[in-house]
Amino acid sequence: MPAIELRNIHNYACRGVNLEVSAGELLVLLGPNGAGKTTLLNVIADLSEYEGSVFIDGIPVDRVPTQRRRVGYVFQDLVLFPHLDVVSNIAYGLRAQGWSTGKIGARVEELLRLVQLKHLAHRYPRGLSGGEKQRVALARALAPFPRILLLDEPFSNLDTQTSKYLRFELKQLQRRLKISTLYVTHQLEEAEEVADRVAVVYDGRIEQVGRPEEVFFYPASEKVRAFIGAPNILECTSTRVLGRGLVEVRCGGLPVVVPHDGNSVKRIALFPKDIFVSPMKPPGSEINRFKGVISDIKASQEWVRLTVKVKHHYLVAEMPHHIFQGLGLRMGQDVFLILKPKKVKIYEDTTNPNRLQNEGRPEAFPGPNDTSLQRPVKGRRGPGNRYTLRPLRHIF
Amino acid sequence: MSVLKRVSPGWGILPIIIFLGAWEAVTRLNLIPGQILFPPFSVVVREFCNLIATGVLTESFLSSLIRVLIGFCSGSAVGLAIGILMGWKDVLNKAFSPIISLFYPIPALGWLPLLMLWIGINEALPIAMIFICSFFPICYSTASGIKNVDRNFIWAARTLGASDFKILATIVLPLALPTIFTGLRLEAGMSWRVIIAAEMVAIPTGIGALLMRAESLIRVDIIIVCLMVLSLMCLSFERLFIYLEHRLTRQWSSHARH
Repeated sequence: MPAIELRNIHNYACRGVNLEVSAGELLVLLGPNGAGKTTLLNVIADLSEYEGSVFIDGIPVDRVPTQRRRVGYVFQDLVLFPHLDVVSNIAYGLRAQGWSTGKIGARVEELLRLVQLKHLAHRYPRGLSGGEKQRVALARALAPFPRILLLDEPFSNLDTQTSKYLRFELKQLQRRLKISTLYVTHQLEEAEEVADRVAVVYDGRIEQVGRPEEVFFYPASEKVRAFIGAPNILECTSTRVLGRGLVEVRCGGLPVVVPHDGNSVKRIALFPKDIFVSPMKPPGSEINRFKGVISDIKASQEWVRLTVKVKHHYLVAEMPHHIFQGLGLRMGQDVFLILKPKKVKIYEDTTNPNRLQNEGRPEAFPGPNDTSLQRPVKGRRGPGNRYTLRPLRHIF
Repeated sequence: MSVLKRVSPGWGILPIIIFLGAWEAVTRLNLIPGQILFPPFSVVVREFCNLIATGVLTESFLSSLIRVLIGFCSGSAVGLAIGILMGWKDVLNKAFSPIISLFYPIPALGWLPLLMLWIGINEALPIAMIFICSFFPICYSTASGIKNVDRNFIWAARTLGASDFKILATIVLPLALPTIFTGLRLEAGMSWRVIIAAEMVAIPTGIGALLMRAESLIRVDIIIVCLMVLSLMCLSFERLFIYLEHRLTRQWSSHARH
């Protein structure tokens, strides 16, 4: 039974959305600004009017008001209550639901330990850094044991480094709590880092749902392909391990060397901005350098896109206007394409029986038998229905 | 920097001391003709002490103070209550807003002739004027303060399970406090201005009436004493609300002084 199910959701921003989120899954809603991602979260939390049906843990909640949907929501601007200190912010939902003072104290203590903010317990939000605010917002949303967690671009106001670090923390936490989560972002990289599955939202519709690499390497529509940066995707016919973490993949006659620890590369993707174009033969080795002919030139306001025919492949490269003019490129001209190995994205055939072990991401997360964090018993509400939290000392 | 900060309170008093010194010197040296119309500061102070000793000033001051307190407190309480309802419930805002907008621009003294006819010349008249003077602006600022609270705070509280009443009491009202206090502060000072005007025109007791009596006796020193008391009261009331706002919101409000 899916933890969240949306059936034919219609409103001012959504046009017939159907979506399912499995129990314990983190599903990322990915799409451009104005696509309707936040509205979908608001529909689930009953903060936006809608037609259609919302099910949480298999139960229709269309007639259940926000207060009783038991949804943990971290808003884009975090919206910590500025007149309450960290403890009172975290305790707010518990007080609102009538918990006893003793139980509130214990639960807040537990969450403060979990997000490692005990030393800031009595500080007001304006005295917190962006990362600390984000942790408080997460602790506040988790405090009343929500059935599902909704995160609306929670790290959008943070610098890249902090954002990356907190995403990692969040993913760890989500896996430990096994709480079904919907996470909104418009950044592909962010989605790839945290998502179990990605749903691409475009113009109020779900364009594609799948694992991040599936969406990336097998975009279901031109809209999805354009949104993820219109990469050149090449089918690989063979893989040869070169050693030292390098493999040579052959993509219809093109030998491309990429850093990888496997022998089952199925597809590779090259972003147009990561392909360099030179009118003259570049010096050095021949690796990842291909001769081709310019078959098309298209200019937008910021970029010039060149389509270059290399053997029977058509590869798209893009560059700023001033570089294009500096190189003096024209249609039909012979050019050399240079690929940056580190920028090549790889899609593996996970069904290949000869696939090398220990590939991809290391298993750093607790397994399904880890009982340190237990989900609440379904159908029960209130203080008795709780996760048992242990501090994530190895994470924070 | 820290030295300057330490002496800064003295800089606020210094111009007043210089002003009073210059006043005393100018009048003592007869630099302004017509001594009777411009007494030295020391004469004003002596008259102030004399009026206190005879109980005239105390009696007039207390009369005015009681009227201000009753009128301002009742006007503010009703203004706050209706303002909260208007700010919180859109339907009430739509119902009351046109009426408030219609009466709000009328200056408080504009009500005087009508109130004199309706209520008569008695203690209720200045109280009613202060009530009106306080009610409309405080109602207006309270409704604005509540309406301007970011909707996301309300949504966040709602997702955490808070009822509408709890959200109003624990989120919306505290966050609207800076705007509400701005209204209270301005109207607290305005109440004193209105009471003086009402007493000057219609009521035979209070600071305003004392002012009028002093004018008829050409007692400039008493007039100046009354004006100084008025100025101090306006300032004190405004400062009281600034202090209260500071106490209640200093930890979190960007408007509060630090």
